[in-house]
Amino acid sequence: MTVSTSTPASTAGSRVAEGLRAYLLIAGMWIRAGMTYRTSFVVTVIGNLLLSGMDFVGILLMFSQVDSLGGWTLPEVAFLYGLSATAFGITDLLLGSSEVLGARIRDGSFDTLLVRPVPVLAQVAADQFPLRRFGRVIQGSLVLGWALFAVDVDWTVPKALLVPVMLVSGALIFGAIFVAGAAFQFLAQDAAQVQNAFTYGGTTMLQYPPTLFGKDLVRGVTFVLPLAFVNWLPASYVLGRPYPLDLPTWVTYMSPLAAGVCCGLAGVVWRAGLRSYRSTGS
Amino acid sequence: MTDALTEGFIELDRVEKVFDVRKKTGFLRRERHQVRAVDSISFTVARGEMVGYIGPNGAGKSTTIKMLTGILTPSGGRLRVAGIDPSRERTRLAHRIGVVFGQRTTLWWDLPLIDSYKLMHRMYRIPDARYRENLDRLVELLDLGALLDVPVRQLSLGQRMRGDIAAALLHDPEVLYLDEPTIGLDVISKARVREFLRELNTERSTTVLLTTHDLSDIEQLCSRVMVIDHGRMMYDGPLTGLHEIGDGERTLVVDLERELPPIEVDAARVVKIDGPRQWLAFPASASAAPLVARIAAEYPLVDLSVREPDIEAVISRMYAEKATS
Amino acid sequence: MGAGRLYAAVAVGSFRRYATYRVATAAGVFTNTVFGVILVYTYLALWDERPDLGGYDQAQAVTYVWLGQALFAALAIQSGGFETELMERIRTGEIAIDLYRPADLQLWWLASDLGRMLFQFVGRGVIPFVFGALFFPMALPGDFGTWAAFLVALLLAAVVSFGIRYLAALSVFWLMDGRGVTQALMVMGIFCSGMTLPLNAFPGALGDVVQALPWAAQLQIPADVLMGEADALGAYVFQAAWAVALLAAGRLLQSAATRRVVVQGG
Repeated sequence: MTVSTSTPASTAGSRVAEGLRAYLLIAGMWIRAGMTYRTSFVVTVIGNLLLSGMDFVGILLMFSQVDSLGGWTLPEVAFLYGLSATAFGITDLLLGSSEVLGARIRDGSFDTLLVRPVPVLAQVAADQFPLRRFGRVIQGSLVLGWALFAVDVDWTVPKALLVPVMLVSGALIFGAIFVAGAAFQFLAQDAAQVQNAFTYGGTTMLQYPPTLFGKDLVRGVTFVLPLAFVNWLPASYVLGRPYPLDLPTWVTYMSPLAAGVCCGLAGVVWRAGLRSYRSTGS
Repeated sequence: MTDALTEGFIELDRVEKVFDVRKKTGFLRRERHQVRAVDSISFTVARGEMVGYIGPNGAGKSTTIKMLTGILTPSGGRLRVAGIDPSRERTRLAHRIGVVFGQRTTLWWDLPLIDSYKLMHRMYRIPDARYRENLDRLVELLDLGALLDVPVRQLSLGQRMRGDIAAALLHDPEVLYLDEPTIGLDVISKARVREFLRELNTERSTTVLLTTHDLSDIEQLCSRVMVIDHGRMMYDGPLTGLHEIGDGERTLVVDLERELPPIEVDAARVVKIDGPRQWLAFPASASAAPLVARIAAEYPLVDLSVREPDIEAVISRMYAEKATS
Repeated sequence: MGAGRLYAAVAVGSFRRYATYRVATAAGVFTNTVFGVILVYTYLALWDERPDLGGYDQAQAVTYVWLGQALFAALAIQSGGFETELMERIRTGEIAIDLYRPADLQLWWLASDLGRMLFQFVGRGVIPFVFGALFFPMALPGDFGTWAAFLVALLLAAVVSFGIRYLAALSVFWLMDGRGVTQALMVMGIFCSGMTLPLNAFPGALGDVVQALPWAAQLQIPADVLMGEADALGAYVFQAAWAVALLAAGRLLQSAATRRVVVQGG
């Protein structure tokens, strides 16, 4: 399915703009809908903050027993944690509800999204927009903020620039996984959990030093599913820690490229999934 | 609105939709086979027509509508709506069509009705003046004035349906698809929806294609009707032609106290018996009241109901006609 | 129909209902396995640094991880059992119908949740556990007696898990919205059951506190029974005491809630 008739570049650009506009419109509706249950909203924001903080509490508990984990100190692990949790939190906030897609396909209401004059992916991404997940972003950036002060690093301009680059690239890499996972739901509507293994599982793994994990696993998340570009690789460089695999230094700066490739692939997968959509019986 | 295509606004030429179905035949064994949901259907609908599209469950009605709206891609054949290939340019087409799914609302559940309309306003980029004008007109015609500030979850089924119809028309679509628009509605809501559709069609010459289970929807609204079954077009023509084949009988379903031999009354004949329940066919033009009175006087009656000639019955009779002719 | 048969039928029905979600179950197995692998590596590093932490060796720590993944869905450690449904029935008022049924509310839901737990233990728990045993060093007992003792501890863990969530669900009678309670359940479940770290590896007084709470009966106690770290009888007494206390509290809350519904006229 080639997209449209006019020049591809301008069409793609205007489609992205159109998608963003639709996303904001729909997300705004969900935010207002959510606000109709005000107390419940406040409670769930706090709950989310606590719940996502559990991971870090686990790390603190571990460090109450040891001084270093896999050779990394608490501020260093907190640096990894803050990057991973914040990048993931941004994606989880902006795209996380795409697991609703499976339910929409099952009950047939996905059809109603397809007759609207705006890109479906934007509608799916904004569907049930969960403002309450803001808690995770807050929690992640608090830890990151502390880690930035606590780590023992000679900050240079490139190192400092790598921090926002990691956050943006990381959010995009997680976003690509979310979109690919959403596309997978066209084939298996009940399999939203598989997506969790890569998204929640991925962010959990990236909260710990790469030196903890088996070499094969590290290779897998470096070369196959490039999660290592979210924080492991650039952060190892920033902290001056050796990365378990012998890689040239320039790889450190490749996060945006990895993110771009992931997003491109996710787009292809999404389009293939959408094409295989068959709608329910009647 | 400079389309030269006044004749074939909707055009289908030998359109097919084939689904691969995998069936479990054993613990891990699956058999693949193909189902032709729509099997070489051709028709054209002119601008401003109001057409009823009927058929039993699973006949291929919804599949056709989904292809016309771009939700599904045809497996074969040619399909155009307003000159556009729906599955290729779904979002462009969306500006020109309105869709109402009878059982699924597109309105925002927790928000006041008006909020959903404001979203449509911006999502469809409807010019302000036109939006205001359309909204005023739809609110008046569909009697929505008192409902605009009510959260959608508090609306009754009939109110919500009216709300959904208005939402589908704010952007002045040239064609409106309605999937079971009167299903589950009470008599008054049904009448109001029908009256509105008639007016929409005559005043604004919006093309309307509606699927329904309710023959009286068609009777009151459509001069043309298409019948589909097993993915094939069984009939395409004026409603009167369908009446000649299908009209005739209503069914009285009678529950007796116990199993009895077939009920004997002049004006009706027993067509089916299942335990204490019997089905009696009688002319649609006759009143059911005297029949019921007579049966009640002579038989131990527990319960009864009258069934209007439904689409399944009409179609099965069409088959019978074909076999004999 | 005898009362026992009624509840058995409820449990079987619930087992069957969960058994129909095949794809979701397979997806859950996959997720639990992935999380197990991640957690195992972090524990191995931790025990590398502090051998004998919490009285476990590395193999025991690994066993603990996989047991946690195996029981995660079954014991609804992060919530997700019958309580979601019960909360919804209370919120919508449909609960009034349940209260007039000739069956006991608490037993009904206990039977239903035990049916679910049995399915999720078999359907979602066994595979990750076997995966763990195949690819990582684990400390598993060789004698039948210990496995049998472990199963008894699991049954008691199931009742305690139910007891906690039943109380939480009934609170909706007063709160009218279950989201906050559910999130509290999740946070407490993850932390106090020892999903982040075995409770015996918690530092100092915090460790003493969490090991005395009912959540300890869910994962820590069965793990210790399985690995021969706890005396089975003492473990049962601890679990049974919490089970009885929670069920009794559930009964009290239930009769208070019933009075409330009756006063409000259902």
